[in-house]
Amino acid sequence: MTLTVVFLGLDFAPGDELDVLLTPEAAASLTPEEMAEKRAELGLDRAFPIKYGIWLKKVVTGDLGYSTSEDNDIAEVLKVTVGNTAILIFSALFFGIIIGIFFGILAAIKENTWIDYVIGSIPIFIAGIPGFILSLGLIYTVSVKMNLLPSGYMHSLTDESFLDLVKHMILPVSVLSLVLAAQLVRYTRASMLDVLSSEFIIAAKAKGISNRRVTYNHAFKNALLPVISVVGLHLPEIIAGAVITETVFTWPGMGSLAVRAAGGRDVPMVMGIVIVVAITVIISNLITDIAYTLADPRVRLG
Amino acid sequence: MKKPAKNSNLSEALHRFRSYRLAIVGVVVISLVTLMAIFADIIAPQGPEFIDLESVRQPPGNGHFLGTDDVGRDVWARVAFGARTSMIVGVGAVTVALSIGITVGLISGFLGKWADTILMRITDGFMSVPSLILIIIFIAIVGPSLTNVILVIALATWPTSARVVRGQVLALREQEFITAAKVIGVRTPTILKNHIFPNLLGPLSVVATFGIAGAILTEAGLSFLGLGVRPPISSWGQMVNLAQQSQILLAEPWIYVPSGTMIVVTVLAVNFIGDGLRKAVDPKSVR
Repeated sequence: MTLTVVFLGLDFAPGDELDVLLTPEAAASLTPEEMAEKRAELGLDRAFPIKYGIWLKKVVTGDLGYSTSEDNDIAEVLKVTVGNTAILIFSALFFGIIIGIFFGILAAIKENTWIDYVIGSIPIFIAGIPGFILSLGLIYTVSVKMNLLPSGYMHSLTDESFLDLVKHMILPVSVLSLVLAAQLVRYTRASMLDVLSSEFIIAAKAKGISNRRVTYNHAFKNALLPVISVVGLHLPEIIAGAVITETVFTWPGMGSLAVRAAGGRDVPMVMGIVIVVAITVIISNLITDIAYTLADPRVRLG
Repeated sequence: MKKPAKNSNLSEALHRFRSYRLAIVGVVVISLVTLMAIFADIIAPQGPEFIDLESVRQPPGNGHFLGTDDVGRDVWARVAFGARTSMIVGVGAVTVALSIGITVGLISGFLGKWADTILMRITDGFMSVPSLILIIIFIAIVGPSLTNVILVIALATWPTSARVVRGQVLALREQEFITAAKVIGVRTPTILKNHIFPNLLGPLSVVATFGIAGAILTEAGLSFLGLGVRPPISSWGQMVNLAQQSQILLAEPWIYVPSGTMIVVTVLAVNFIGDGLRKAVDPKSVR
């Protein structure tokens, strides 16, 4: 609900749809009266709440308007690109979570050994390397120098098979999942250490259960609880990362679309994307909350 | 070995900051980058906009310390002036973001009630959309330029500092010295200025430092995407963008490697300073 308020503020921005629709020459040839007439035609002269109402009604019914930069219906454009972005983001989430948790736990078990220090220092450096430089580095080494994987697009021209898609996905997904994993490693390590020093683990050890079993059966499950919420918190970051990653790898998704639309000052298109992103973030927050209650019966929604 | 009691809080914080080596490295690096930004005119007299069509795509050497780019501009000059752009954006965006954040946070935390509810709902709204997406909307509306980039980054990032300030104010408000000040009749603005604000400086310095790193990174990203600073103003992100042309990526690394390195080194250095400050301000935090 609050989101709509944000969008609205944006509607106030100087320059309305008319400025975008008309070329500067066309605008210059019109008298102010004619301009006003055109505005009335498009409903741009009405009071703000009325405009908002009309806009909201259209959004709810799935009519997002027309994109000038893509020259297509916004809802149509989004339908195609959302799927492409979703494949990328879900794969990145999957691998990022696995890698992050694995190394986080490894670091916690080997606390204060060289393994821990190496794992602990890598995220610091990843945080300083922007996604686009990491992506370009990968394109340079993997695609160009070693000629192993394609550097862009979703499919080869002639090949539409699943294997081909996977090949195109490897690089962008690696970049996105690395960034997520770097965050998760820290939290998993901290949470695992926290659990390992708690009383029920000491009790389990005192009962004579092997170290292995204590780590994997007792500590592991409990250490994952805080990690769930961290994944939820970082989803917006991954979406933001996808914007840049998609552009570098010319992936035909929402992110690269957003960049093109912003470059072409296509505000309605950008708004459409934002609506999708906002809905995704809200849903993911909800899922995080539900997952949290399922995983930890002590937490109640309310 | 006891330290003198005089001004002990500050000196202890300084001591903790100094004991974190990487933070010292960070300070040295940032000082160098800042000097580069300030004296860009002197260290690169040919300037970043001068186009020398006689020497296009020249490798380093031959009168051009780092070579020239695809239209014959001196890479060294563009890196030096890029430092200026990065610093202006980093400091500018954070200054604006902090001013909004502090104001909102103080009002929200100190007045409470409906003001708090309204302001916090607004920050929630801002925070529920990824900041890069927010920035892209604003850029789509106002168009790319140096000033717009600064304002837009500030507009998308102020909620973080507002949250920090509000949290601190809520905690401070209940403390006895504030109650004491109220009881002896000190006016609210004076309480905010003399009693609350000094206590915020510690946490805010941490937020500000990480904010600068974030702003530099965002500006580089935006300029890389072509949505940031416009030519002829030079920016590191813009120079890395050239690496998307395969000829430059493969055969002319001197065009993008220096600026790419500068982005990574600067952001890491600022982050290290931030880590050091966090340790200095809050000794309980680990890693």
